[in-house]
Amino acid sequence: MKSNITKVTSHISHNEALIFERSQTGRIGYRLPPLDVDEFPIDDLIPKEFQCDNDLEGLPEVSEVDVIRHFTRMSTWNYSIDLGMYPLGSCTMKYNSRLNEKVARIPGFANLHPLASENDAQGALQVIYELQEHLAEITGLPGISLQPAAGAHGEMTGVMIIRAFIDARDGQAASAQRRTMLIPDSAHGTNPASAHLSGFSVKTIRSTPEGLTDLAHLRELCVGGHVAGLMLTNPNTLGLFEKNIQEICRIVHDAGGLVYMDGANMNALVGVARPGDMGVDVIHLNLHKTFSTPHGGGGPGCGPCCCTKELEPFLPVPRIVRSRSVSEGAPSEAAAKSDTYKLDFNYPQSIGRVKAFFGNYGMMLRALAYIQTHGNDGLREATEAAVLNARYIAQGLAGDYEKPFDADPMHEVVFTDKRQTRKGVHTLDIAKRLIDYGFHPMTIYFPLIVSGAMLIEPTESVGHQELDQFIEAMSSIAREAIEDPELVLNAPHSTRIGRLDEAAAARKPVLRWKPKQAATTAQT
Amino acid sequence: MANVPEDLHYSKDHEWVRVDGDVATVGITDYAQNSLGDVVYVELPKADEQFNANESFGSVESVKAVSEVFSPVSGAVVEAHESLGDDPEKVNTDPYGEGWMIRIKMSNPGEVDSLLTAAEYEDFTKAETE
Repeated sequence: MKSNITKVTSHISHNEALIFERSQTGRIGYRLPPLDVDEFPIDDLIPKEFQCDNDLEGLPEVSEVDVIRHFTRMSTWNYSIDLGMYPLGSCTMKYNSRLNEKVARIPGFANLHPLASENDAQGALQVIYELQEHLAEITGLPGISLQPAAGAHGEMTGVMIIRAFIDARDGQAASAQRRTMLIPDSAHGTNPASAHLSGFSVKTIRSTPEGLTDLAHLRELCVGGHVAGLMLTNPNTLGLFEKNIQEICRIVHDAGGLVYMDGANMNALVGVARPGDMGVDVIHLNLHKTFSTPHGGGGPGCGPCCCTKELEPFLPVPRIVRSRSVSEGAPSEAAAKSDTYKLDFNYPQSIGRVKAFFGNYGMMLRALAYIQTHGNDGLREATEAAVLNARYIAQGLAGDYEKPFDADPMHEVVFTDKRQTRKGVHTLDIAKRLIDYGFHPMTIYFPLIVSGAMLIEPTESVGHQELDQFIEAMSSIAREAIEDPELVLNAPHSTRIGRLDEAAAARKPVLRWKPKQAATTAQT
Repeated sequence: MANVPEDLHYSKDHEWVRVDGDVATVGITDYAQNSLGDVVYVELPKADEQFNANESFGSVESVKAVSEVFSPVSGAVVEAHESLGDDPEKVNTDPYGEGWMIRIKMSNPGEVDSLLTAAEYEDFTKAETE
């Protein structure tokens, strides 16, 4: 018998209803067996004040298979790092290896209770300690806390440490006069937010036409003794290495301030250059960027804060400390060492705890696995490949797009829509059209100081072939912008839903979780 | 080409000032709204808040970014254009009219003289786009 089956290229899932719209009265996930014990009224068991109302009203009534299929279908609409290149500049969307996931799921770690005693958690504490040692080595900054849960959190921890240090150094009264934080105009928006939350007022440093920190302006702002510190990203958000970093640190230090480095772009430095050697006092890292732990979708992240010996007393508590005893006559050197780890709260100058328990522990396991599987050479190679890939794109697209800065970029490169604008095609349109070519768009309209910015960060996880495909896609869009601008202006064409009206969505948001009809009835 | 009315004063941060006695009305220019793209939210100060010249008095959020807006003159806010909260698009559609942001009672009306004229501002934006 001849088969009538034909291939389909799309699925019913493109018409996926909300889970609330899939609800059918009486449909349930599972049935409990009949009760085989005596039944008591709930009021006899739980006092009235501890009982909650029936707030399940309105939740969808669905079976397990309904739920699984609904969410699995929707997950296929997603674009992820496992599907392809994710050149989101400033985000370091590198591949997260399966080995790291395997390590994070080792039951002894994964099931460890957060309140387990030190004695029962020695292995877990050792992992934290060893990761700290590696990160201290990588940054050249010996003091470290892994507590902060993400980049901005690590940033704020760093800034709070600066404030606590200056309070201790100058006394409260004098310190109160030092409440200015300097931040370049190319910085991430979280920098001024962290400074502000920590009680500083922000002054912005101009960038030079070459895209670097303006030293003359920095010197000018440092006059007067009000500067508590500088928050600098290096390489900066334009993907350019601040080659005057030592001079920058000297100027700030001479003015009595400290230098905080935003470690968002450490993927350009690991294994090659160390912030501690450049004169930086405190830095945060993003394990979820540089050290390959998953991110996107809101985390969880891990934003360790690393600092100089001088700032170490101010780090969050508890700190992980190791005591080592060496016994005589053991068969080998390794067997002679006996290490115990404990949580040490005894740092009176500490800024205190910044996160419950000890941060997002699974991220630490993944990062340690990443560091140990790469080794010193591997980490350096990853950095070199990340920079090489960005430079390859910088060269490959220079003929099609305006590159606002001449210098060779580090791990990410910024282009603009200046040439395409003449035909009415803007950065947003180019990004939308890139979706049709199967790539996640780059970061757009950031850094703010570059008009129509497109910030591209390929990371080391992309091979030669895919880099060429990306360059080809971008070149093709540049051609389309000249020959058939409408095609680009109306993109994307290949997705479930076309171009969304982002302005209307933000201006007049319609937020609802109930089916439309029920929502309308509820309002009236 | 961006619209630059003759009778206003301009700042290098792309705000305009309309002077009426000692009260200045402040908004952002047509050039600014065009570069920002569709404005979706405007954050404004309350009446009586004091600002120095070049101090940030609020922010404008567009689909691209959040940008601070700076008061070109010093003084106290007489009135903030609160209906921009419901209709932020007025900043795009009528930046010099219904898109105004604050009225400020100037403590130093002489500051207006150091602002740019329409012709100077036009040259300034031309230089910026090149």
